[in-house]
Amino acid sequence: MSIAVQLEEVSRHYGAVRAVDGVSLTIEDGEFFSLLGPSGSGKTTCLRLVAGFELPTSGRILLHGQDASRLPPYERDVNTVFQDYALFPHLSVAENVAYGLAVKGVDRRARARQAEEALELVALSGMGERRPGQLSGGQRQRVALARALVLKPRVLLLDEPLGALDLKLREQMQTELKGLQRRVGITFVYVTHDQGEALSMSDRIAVFNRGRIEQVDSPRALYRRPRTPFVAGFVGTANVLTGALAERVSGGGAPVSVRPEHVHLGAPAEGEVGLTGRLVDVQYHGPTSRFEIDVEGTRMVAALPSTGDEDARVRAGESVSIAWARSAMIVLEPEGAGGAP
Amino acid sequence: MTAIRRGVLGAASTYLYRRGTLQLVLLLAPPLLWFGVVYLGSLVALVWQSVYTFDDFGMTVVPELTWANYRALLQPANLDAVLRTLGMASAVTVACALLAFPLAYHMARHARGATKGLLFVAVMLPMWASYIVKAYAWTVILARGGVIYWLAGRLGLSGALEAVLAMPVVGGFSLSTSNLGRFAVFTYVWLPFMVLPTQAAIERVPESLLQASADLGARPFQTFRTVLLPLAFPGVVAGSIFTFSLTLGDYIIPQLVGPPGLQIGTMVYSLQGSVGNMPLAAAFTAVPIVIVGVYLAIARRLGAFDAL
Repeated sequence: MSIAVQLEEVSRHYGAVRAVDGVSLTIEDGEFFSLLGPSGSGKTTCLRLVAGFELPTSGRILLHGQDASRLPPYERDVNTVFQDYALFPHLSVAENVAYGLAVKGVDRRARARQAEEALELVALSGMGERRPGQLSGGQRQRVALARALVLKPRVLLLDEPLGALDLKLREQMQTELKGLQRRVGITFVYVTHDQGEALSMSDRIAVFNRGRIEQVDSPRALYRRPRTPFVAGFVGTANVLTGALAERVSGGGAPVSVRPEHVHLGAPAEGEVGLTGRLVDVQYHGPTSRFEIDVEGTRMVAALPSTGDEDARVRAGESVSIAWARSAMIVLEPEGAGGAP
Repeated sequence: MTAIRRGVLGAASTYLYRRGTLQLVLLLAPPLLWFGVVYLGSLVALVWQSVYTFDDFGMTVVPELTWANYRALLQPANLDAVLRTLGMASAVTVACALLAFPLAYHMARHARGATKGLLFVAVMLPMWASYIVKAYAWTVILARGGVIYWLAGRLGLSGALEAVLAMPVVGGFSLSTSNLGRFAVFTYVWLPFMVLPTQAAIERVPESLLQASADLGARPFQTFRTVLLPLAFPGVVAGSIFTFSLTLGDYIIPQLVGPPGLQIGTMVYSLQGSVGNMPLAAAFTAVPIVIVGVYLAIARRLGAFDAL
């Protein structure tokens, strides 16, 4: 497989603020690659650097092996789906989709045909005559996709494209986007702050924190083997134990993580470790119930299958023992030690 | 328990709170009365005057309806004044638009903080001074022996200046008595009215649209022509209505700067003043109204307001 996008020690500083700070990254051709992180973590700036809206303060950006670090956006073979869709309000849907073809000088007939094909691809055929203002949020989203895909870019950049949609539509669009990416076979670079979205769609994910990459891995590896406390806490829910508590359960000084679904109530059995704390609250989540337990000032969560008698088993304020298998426990690198691979 | 406050004002508030229509009527009555009676009323009176008869012998206005005043507009001398004014207003508007757009673009897209404030002040500053004073100041600037002649002499461009003044239509005896001079003063005086709406319109175009255009392969000039200009055009049209109609109706600058020969404004001024031919003056005044109406209809047809 060839490499679609490569970042070499890329930084983007605004005065003293290091929005992106020494990021190195390799994205392969045909990959669905997500940049995941909280707001202000540098993921969007990173995407804008690849698109060419921002220029790096230092480092190199390569697109299919060619140095594109200093190229303007209109000379890069990448297209962007914007968070606010950025559809041209004075043009019809069909004109929006055909815009990239028009500025390239493709003739009117070919333009109209390709635009209609692209609209068909996103299930909007027959909507070409409308104005963007007459469409729903989900439809605008599709037009933005069609407008980028009609140019057949080798890399598609998506900046939180589902952020403005409601939950049901978002879930539906996730499935559609993933299917679309498989069909057209182009590289997707997808920015999101929603870890569920990243986990369900991506081939690989880069987790951003404070302008740096904490970890790059497949969704499965990221969830099962987080390397830093930040990744453990940001991707899914994790009980991260540090200091004396960590030492008591693992015997070492490094922080450890255990997922709530691996924690159960009761004393530790063979091959397990345990702690004792005070029950703070029980939250009912349908199939599971989450027990929040305060262990010497550290809040821990145990997710157990709902049985219907949670309230009877233990009451808030009561002392409760929790335990988990030694093998379910992950030893993390100390905070701040994480870096790009 | 807190006591419910109910003074006279409190009672009035409560009464109005539930009666949206009454509230609306009370709020809109003063501006609508002003607009309806003073503004539209005077306009109607004006148009009405324009179809009255002017008795040339008695120099009096007779309330007999006639189209004679409008027919009089088509007499060569009068038509000439209309066309001259129209040409000047068009030239001033185009010049203002060309000068204002880059400045407005810079103010809307690049200038930040103190620089932006400074630019706004710089644009508005001329409006703080009396308009008549500025017009007189320009007569001094443009006169023979004035700043521009002096500067042209220093730069060795006196010959070029004389060559320009020797040209028909734009030229004249000196800059201050040429159409070029009048054009310069009009452009100076009305430029802020073009900059401000254009700046507001450009500022309203989201940055992401310009980025999307570049992202889709458009070079900067293509983005300007196909995205920025169409979206900012309503602002330019708004500004051009100011520059255009203010030039059409002005009667001070044409008296002070430029060649002899009347413009619409000076024509109206002399007709209603010294001659007292109010009906013909009213007919002249109807010309700019019709022209601006036609202009707006064309702008609308061209899609200038589609992005509003």
